[in-house]
Amino acid sequence: MRTELTEILWLDEHHDLPLTRLAELSGLSEAELRELMDYGVLPPADPGAPQLNFHSDCIVIARTACRLRDELELDVHGLALILSLLDRVHDLEAQLNDLRARGSHGA
Amino acid sequence: MKYKDYYDVLGVKRGAGEADIKAAYRKLARKYHPDVSREADAEVRFKEIAEAYQTLKDAEKRAAYDQLGQQQPGQDFRPPPDWQKQYGETQFAFDDIDLADLFAGLRGGRQHSGQARANMPMPGQDYEIPVSITLEQAYRGTDVDLDLSMPEYAADGALRRVPRTFRAHIPKGATDGQRLRVPAKGGKGLNGGRDGDLYLNITLHPHSVFRVSGHDLYMDLPLAPWEAALGASIEVPTPGGLVRLKVSPGTRAGQQLRLPKRGLPRPRSGEGDLFVIVQIVMPGTMSEKERVLYKQLAEATKFDPRTQFRQEVRNENRTH
Repeated sequence: MRTELTEILWLDEHHDLPLTRLAELSGLSEAELRELMDYGVLPPADPGAPQLNFHSDCIVIARTACRLRDELELDVHGLALILSLLDRVHDLEAQLNDLRARGSHGA
Repeated sequence: MKYKDYYDVLGVKRGAGEADIKAAYRKLARKYHPDVSREADAEVRFKEIAEAYQTLKDAEKRAAYDQLGQQQPGQDFRPPPDWQKQYGETQFAFDDIDLADLFAGLRGGRQHSGQARANMPMPGQDYEIPVSITLEQAYRGTDVDLDLSMPEYAADGALRRVPRTFRAHIPKGATDGQRLRVPAKGGKGLNGGRDGDLYLNITLHPHSVFRVSGHDLYMDLPLAPWEAALGASIEVPTPGGLVRLKVSPGTRAGQQLRLPKRGLPRPRSGEGDLFVIVQIVMPGTMSEKERVLYKQLAEATKFDPRTQFRQEVRNENRTH
């Protein structure tokens, strides 16, 4: 029997979640998430707000960090370095894909 | 249950020390970790490597693994009769699980005593599922069927791998690289721990006409030389159907025409654009009449497409 999945959530800037929830969903501790935020790889939704919230697409970053921590046995400083490099790689891949899309098939 | 040779997977001898096992794992993990690797089979290889290391890094699990004896990889086997009594705190349905489930179910010696673990809330496993859809499906939204196999504790307390099948609606607006979260449909949590989630990683099949960049689309528009010269009204495909496009007289190759809001829909509102890139193509063969007409055109025109080259040559001559 197939179960119909009705609750499917976008991971984007339109949904926010608090620090505790991000910790629960990602597997990282709140302290690790704060440290990643301080290193600038996990941006808070509103840096000036009294409660720390994150856009829901931060789940992808935090889960990647958790995987890297567990599987490559990295500390938070190492995680921050890899995450910022991965961000650059993804950005460059997106630019490359965009250039390919703009180019002609026949070119 | 199929046997896997964890020592062989890590490339170490059966008597290897902890440091050697760790070093071998780290070397392979750097090479195959799917988040950082470019190897084609990285995901599959890393799964094998991580599974082997999870067992061999833990003294108690490693001892339990060694007690299974050495078999041929892939060979069906069952643990020796006393094995489960000695190592297992969980009942296993050996035919329905794989070796990774077996060792994930063992308590392991270092972190928790069996009693503490028995009462500790444990979150269920999250699953990342690649979902490949066509551009047309992304445009309209689509239903996809997901077939998973998850280890679960049955009513009799035994750990079994059970098939779980879902039909998920991918809403319109998902494009390449989009992640979607399906809450609480992953592995079951234990002792009050939360159920795991499903994460759907969307990829788009390459399309024969459209190239995708985010929610914008690009396509080539082949024009005959006379259509580019004289202008034309041309039907072009878009994901929403054919539209008529007016090509101005004197249109050049490489020129880009923008069709606003004819790209892919964005998740909540709005649409990307469709960009049409002009290509001027020649017929493969020409009739005698066409050849004569081109000859007449060549004699009649004063157009020089290479004035820039000639200017360059003149400048070169002046400097020497």
